[in-house]
Amino acid sequence: MRKDQNLGDYLRLQGVSRRGFLKFCSATASLMALPPSAVAQVAEALATARRPSVIWLSFQECTGCTESLTRSHAPTVESLIFDAISLDYHHTLQAAAGHGAEAAREAAMEENSGEYILVVDGSIPIDNPAYSTIAGISNLDMLKEAAEHCFAIVAVGTCAAFGGLPGAQPNPTGAVAVGDIIKDKPIINVSGCPPIPVVITGVLAHFLTFGTIPELDALGRPVAFFGQNIHDRCYRRPFYERGEFAETFDDEGARKGWCLYKLGCKGPTTYNACATLKWNQGTGFPIQAGHGCIGCSEPRFWDYGGFYEPISAGKWGSREALLGAAAAGAAVGIGSALAARSRKKKAMAEEEV
Amino acid sequence: MSLLEFARGPALEWSLIIFCFGLLWRIIGAMFLLRKGDISKPRRNKPIRDGWTGIISRSAPAEAFEASIRFQHITGYAWHIALFVSVLFFAPHIEFFESVLGFSWPNLPNTAILFTAAVATGVLLALLIRRATHPVQRLISNADDYISIFVVLVPLITGIAAFAHIGARYETLLAVHLLSVELMFVWFPFGKLMHSAMTFPARWEAGTQFGRRGVKA
Repeated sequence: MRKDQNLGDYLRLQGVSRRGFLKFCSATASLMALPPSAVAQVAEALATARRPSVIWLSFQECTGCTESLTRSHAPTVESLIFDAISLDYHHTLQAAAGHGAEAAREAAMEENSGEYILVVDGSIPIDNPAYSTIAGISNLDMLKEAAEHCFAIVAVGTCAAFGGLPGAQPNPTGAVAVGDIIKDKPIINVSGCPPIPVVITGVLAHFLTFGTIPELDALGRPVAFFGQNIHDRCYRRPFYERGEFAETFDDEGARKGWCLYKLGCKGPTTYNACATLKWNQGTGFPIQAGHGCIGCSEPRFWDYGGFYEPISAGKWGSREALLGAAAAGAAVGIGSALAARSRKKKAMAEEEV
Repeated sequence: MSLLEFARGPALEWSLIIFCFGLLWRIIGAMFLLRKGDISKPRRNKPIRDGWTGIISRSAPAEAFEASIRFQHITGYAWHIALFVSVLFFAPHIEFFESVLGFSWPNLPNTAILFTAAVATGVLLALLIRRATHPVQRLISNADDYISIFVVLVPLITGIAAFAHIGARYETLLAVHLLSVELMFVWFPFGKLMHSAMTFPARWEAGTQFGRRGVKA
């Protein structure tokens, strides 16, 4: 897509029909919890949008977020829109390397100063900047430099949003989230390990349509996608209500698709759109594949207790402390009873005298 | 550390430590209290039978009093049965007990638990209102009664709220529910909730004493 081309022209050239485009606009408006009357506004805004400059920084990450966003089964309108942004820097995807790549980033930042969207995946190590560098520049310095003149930041994936796996105990690199460092720019956390592709395109569509950031929850995530927990939207919820649970991954309950609560499903405490938007072109999501939700879009999900421990189970060390407390209680009980006996005997003796 | 992690972790551990300490203190302390020596010949020497008689006979009011205490009799049973079913047969509760005790048992459907929890809450509220308004009950009630009712009522209300997702996000409601249960654990050994552990041993003791004296239990 040429820089002077708008999105509508680009999609038409790619063979997307007007009907297909409007269907996408309706779905996007619906996803963003907008009224039906907003569909025309979304369509107008998207069709005439100039390609926004996006600089994508990858720090301490596994590239899973990029894989999630680029490895769709077939080209979709969402992926075409994703293609249509001006992805001026992404060191995993871009052809340029080394100094050429860094020069492209610097040029894009200068050319689109104050307007570009900064996408970050991966956490930032702050214990020692040398733990993760790009072209000799520490992640911390690169983030600060790129964030200074951006319009907004999209923290893609749980690592960028909350520290994620690199930040798990004992956090050897001192990994922190983007929001722990940048305080003066709007940050949209699109958490998940990885996040759902359509959520990132939905966020970009919101930018293109309104030029603002969407409504966010207390953790900085778009309410339209992270407003409800998995449990409330799970197709296995009726089995929870009926008290029908899989006890193991290969028992009759598991084969019948019963609730996975007892197997550690974190659906009740995990806010994401997996159960509604689903994955792989809407084919399914982890619970549909027979595994409980691991809560990957929540802060510190890695340290939240075992993936296979139910949410209501106690999360503590051992029973020895209880046995010790019981023994101490018994000792105090015996002591107080002996003291009482002594007092009583003394009182009885005095009474006899 | 989130509120839920605190509730599931340190708060739970410390509340159970206090609970176990206090429970053993009270029970062992009562067991070793000095009793009067046996200075007369027992009328009959069947302490086990008399103990069971004491437990069973005091599980229903004496016929002469039945009419005047029917309300307490019925609501007392309704409250305790509803509470035990709600606590012991809700699947997430069983998962909690398994994490502490190491074993589990079958659960009931959530709708049944919701019903028993609603019954328990309603009955306890009715008993609380009666206690606060009935002249005699008011006279014989002290702070311990009200605190004990409060620490049991709050887990019921927060539990229903967590189940129905009313008022806040689920993890917050679950954390508040757990913390309210932990408050009950802490209060349990030191207040009138201790009757849960003392009722049957006390009835047993009374039954054997009555039997020894030849009194009808």
